Amino acid sequence: MRAGRPRSFYWLAALFALFVLFLYGPMITIVLLSFQGPDGGLTFPMNGVSSHWFSKLWNDGLPNVDIWSAFARSAWLGLLVMVLTVMLSLLAGLAYRKHFFGSDLLFFVVIASLIMPSIVVSLGIGLEFRIIDDAVKTYAPAGLAAGYDTAMGLFTSALGAHLTWTLPFGLLIMFAIFNRFDPRHEEAARDLGASPWQALRHVVLPIIGPSVVGIGLFGFTLSWDEIARTSQAVGYLNTLPLELQGQTTTVTTPVIYALGTLTTGVSLLVIAAALVAILLLRRRQLRTAAGVPKRPL
Amino acid sequence: MTEKSLPAWAQALPLAVVFVVFFIVPLLLTLMVSFWNYNEYEILPDFTARNYLEAFEGCAERLVAASPELCTTLKTYLTTLRIAVFAWLITLFLGFAIAYFLAFHVRSLTVQILLFLVCTIPFWTSNVIRMISWIPLLGRNGLLNQALQQVHLINQPLEWLLFSEFAVVLAFVHLYTLFMIVPIFNSMMRIDRALLEAARDCGASGWQTLANVVIPLSKPGIVIGSIFVLTIVMGDFVTIGVMGGQQIASVGKMINTQMGALQFPPAAAHAVILLATVLLVIWGLTRLVDIRKEL
Repeated sequence: MRAGRPRSFYWLAALFALFVLFLYGPMITIVLLSFQGPDGGLTFPMNGVSSHWFSKLWNDGLPNVDIWSAFARSAWLGLLVMVLTVMLSLLAGLAYRKHFFGSDLLFFVVIASLIMPSIVVSLGIGLEFRIIDDAVKTYAPAGLAAGYDTAMGLFTSALGAHLTWTLPFGLLIMFAIFNRFDPRHEEAARDLGASPWQALRHVVLPIIGPSVVGIGLFGFTLSWDEIARTSQAVGYLNTLPLELQGQTTTVTTPVIYALGTLTTGVSLLVIAAALVAILLLRRRQLRTAAGVPKRPL
Repeated sequence: MTEKSLPAWAQALPLAVVFVVFFIVPLLLTLMVSFWNYNEYEILPDFTARNYLEAFEGCAERLVAASPELCTTLKTYLTTLRIAVFAWLITLFLGFAIAYFLAFHVRSLTVQILLFLVCTIPFWTSNVIRMISWIPLLGRNGLLNQALQQVHLINQPLEWLLFSEFAVVLAFVHLYTLFMIVPIFNSMMRIDRALLEAARDCGASGWQTLANVVIPLSKPGIVIGSIFVLTIVMGDFVTIGVMGGQQIASVGKMINTQMGALQFPPAAAHAVILLATVLLVIWGLTRLVDIRKEL
């Protein structure tokens, strides 16, 4: 520490350290407890060290739940949400650099979706699909209605529910990106004869690339962990966090900690991959910039 | 732009479609169904105030009775509001202090980014897992109770640590303080450092600078963070369910239970009432600041 720090610095630094402990402490305890011996319980002290609960999770899953199918479903849904969030936010972000009819209204709706209580969104989507189902069963021609059960499902209603939660984050990040973006780069490209697509592909995207990776990170992790908006909009097959939530009161062995450690591991892997990608893209930018002779733009 | 470029409205269209189909229409349907009728088997198109009246049935009589008391609905709303206010005050204090530390005390940009990341990484991991992870710490045989008993501060394990309102508020603070840190930090980073120096040169104490310069200029961030935390907490049913041991009633939980029982119209009515309450809170907060300017 340098001299001359005010006293408030030390108080706030201590508070910050405590906050970090508060954030990570509980997570570390369940990781520790998931590596207990076979006789371990839900609390400390640790009863030996083993990977018993992980192999139990791997072999038996959780009682009454096909946890690995849920795992796969959530992973696929998360990937799809990620791709759609990146694509739609990017497109809309580009649109907001110009003016278009209804842009204020659309912005208002996106913000409203962000702060809308999730249970209300979930209920609404659930109702919407119920009404669709009733309409199909009542009015559709017999051949079509015969095998029909419900339109609700992971890749219809649940996907939509997730997007109402991830897209606002994506769009806000796009706003932040383009607030700092120097349009002269693009204009220069256009002056040199680049088509709009070429300017986007070779100038804009490389510059904003790292932040776009950030949008993808939000898309996947928010979907991977979503419960509130999915709850009434998921149909018959649950996502992993929904299954987990159902198990919190019924599972009484560290196997639930093993599952917690595993899903947290997936999140951390995704975060690490995204951060590495961002760093690599930034480094490439710096290298490219260093190789270009400095000329007034 | 030349004619080869996609028009702006077309670029925004996919996003707009998603929000129309999965947000606007569902909200309108919720409003509509809240006026529908229902019986044990199905929901019936109608225009009735039944769901709203039944939501508060008997509330007025009980309030003015000889021994006044709150009906279940009002109690539930009060519990929800109480939890929301506690969570709000604590996240606001913590979020402000941490944002202040990051914005004004950390001098290197790299360290700033690093510490910011340290705060953000848990946000990208699973909320349910983060709730479950309190069990070994706060449970009856948890670490905290063990420690307190060891030093003979208590003889019986404390029961209110887990599956209680305390645990719910704790989990909210754990999960959502970040929603305060980010916007407040953002506001603070825009404060011209020369203003702080000017305040000091004019003889303001640290507290005076905080009260008269930093807090007023951080107001947009404080308002945005408050809107986030209050709306999330007021509509919550997952955290209250898990951390309250499924014993505490909140508005979100009530709606969730009614949906589970396929009583859609009353659930929709409660959703509309919840929404009106939340909008009222937001309206009050936005009177203080123009959000659009702050992004």
